[in-house]
Amino acid sequence: MTDLIRATAEELSRRLAAGEVTSVELTQAYVDRISAVDGEVHAFLHVDADGALATAADVDARRAAGEELHPLAGVPVAVKDVITTRGVPTTAGSRILEGWVPPYDATVTTRLRAAGLPILGKTNMDEFAMGSSTEHSGYGPTRNPWDTGRIPGGSGGGSAAAVAAFEAPLAVGTDTGGSIRQPGAMTGTVGVKPTYGGVSRYGLIALASSLDQAGPVTRSVLDAALLHEVIAGHDPCDSTSIDQPVPPVVEAARRADVQGLRIGVVRELGGEGFDPDVSARFDESLALLEGAGAEIVEVSCPSFVNALAAYYLILPSEASSNLAKFDAMRYGLRVAPDGVDAPSAEQVMAASRDAGFGDEVKRRIILGTYALSSGYYEAYYGSAQKVRTLIAQDFAAAFEQADVLASPTSPTTAFPFGDKLDDPLAMYAQDVATIPANLAGVPGLSLPSGLASDGLPTGFQLLAPAMADDRLYNAGAALERLLEEKWGGTILAQAPALEEAR
Amino acid sequence: MSDPVSGISRADVAHLADLARISLSDEELDHLASELPAILEHVRVVQDAAGDDVEPMSHPLPISNVFRDDEVRESLSAEDALAAAPASEQQRFLVPRILGDEQ
Repeated sequence: MTDLIRATAEELSRRLAAGEVTSVELTQAYVDRISAVDGEVHAFLHVDADGALATAADVDARRAAGEELHPLAGVPVAVKDVITTRGVPTTAGSRILEGWVPPYDATVTTRLRAAGLPILGKTNMDEFAMGSSTEHSGYGPTRNPWDTGRIPGGSGGGSAAAVAAFEAPLAVGTDTGGSIRQPGAMTGTVGVKPTYGGVSRYGLIALASSLDQAGPVTRSVLDAALLHEVIAGHDPCDSTSIDQPVPPVVEAARRADVQGLRIGVVRELGGEGFDPDVSARFDESLALLEGAGAEIVEVSCPSFVNALAAYYLILPSEASSNLAKFDAMRYGLRVAPDGVDAPSAEQVMAASRDAGFGDEVKRRIILGTYALSSGYYEAYYGSAQKVRTLIAQDFAAAFEQADVLASPTSPTTAFPFGDKLDDPLAMYAQDVATIPANLAGVPGLSLPSGLASDGLPTGFQLLAPAMADDRLYNAGAALERLLEEKWGGTILAQAPALEEAR
Repeated sequence: MSDPVSGISRADVAHLADLARISLSDEELDHLASELPAILEHVRVVQDAAGDDVEPMSHPLPISNVFRDDEVRESLSAEDALAAAPASEQQRFLVPRILGDEQ
């Protein structure tokens, strides 16, 4: 079964169609793999083996009856725990939602079910997607399959680790400031944040509504494109959903041709503050692309230097507002304050939020409440929104000179647990290269660019104009092929084997 | 509250926690009061980054109101909506008292 669980989703799709394997066999193989390694990795908060196997059996029966199925029908998927799944617990990594079973499916979930992908379970994450390491999960961190003493990135460390550890061929993540792409870089996997509005946010537990976007987490660029097509497209349940056809991402990933493509290297997203090994792998990747016919140009986006600051005002502001709904009245944790007879609703609310939210969530709610306070609104939130305009203008100017932009995904490789836990600003700096895309709403993709001298993966980020997601897949697939030719295989083939529990 | 340039005091944090409905412990208040000034110091650069002529951007896309036809369609049943409630009674959410003694 080892070759089965290590195959790409695209290959599994072909094997299922050819009748070489059934979805039940495949799903069971992944459930077994989860049992064997997830005690160590802790990528999952909840495993729904029964639900996944029921979907698999249904797909197998429909296939046997000659029904025409979606290409990914029967290929299992893991879903980040911030996306609602009817009948399956959803906590967003928070104790305030411990045991919550949503009464409805997110649109992403609905689309996965409609296409016949068995949902293996829900993946771990920083609480309400606030963090870059999964150390802020209310249920303990996920460990990086490359080195279990290190973080897998965050907030979507569970989805990335599940895919990297061969516990799932596909996963869905969400990306508010890099939560799909940075874990991709940390774990040697592929992650894509689609254009804002490209994938419905209905049923995503909102962190920052103007920044959040769900996207694919996979082991190959083509697999990401296949999953992107399943989850993307207009949804009347999301007022910010774009009513246009999904960009031709699968076709682009199959094309993988950078001849004549102008790739803009963003001057402000490299150099100082980036590990020398990360920069070296980035430069080598650029050279490969240039050798394949791409034209490399340097572009400058001067306002990107203020992106991190603007983000850490806009995000807490929106989050403090979004998280006001956890009020202990309709769902979620309710605790009474100590030593108060007949407490009021307000006292119960304050006690419940203190008990249910972790440190990082409290930190950001307080910061957001401050930034939105009367008298400070213009100075903080208002100024940050202006910086956002400047960043969007920088992107527009850069895309006049280049078809896609490139940078390292993250300034470092995966760091040891606890390394940045006492220094929020150092943790926030992990997302310095990924945040601009969220602020402007443009799509971004991260793929592995190699290994640093510490033996850990590094990430290469591509950015494209809004609704030109296909350009990411074209260039990303081209680079992936060039790198795999050089390595003689995939990057994950170089990862140390995890010990399997019996 | 203190002025935006000089930062944020422990009393400010306590006031904000009250506004945000989180009953922080003394320890948490001390910790946040020591931590937030550094974060605010870092984000303050936005104040000098853009001129008065720059329009603020709240959202990546132009936002317009979205309507649907006014037709009856399926929605959550009362049973489903109340299934996760901490307490319910007669198809309603049961909540603690909402008025104080003086009201």
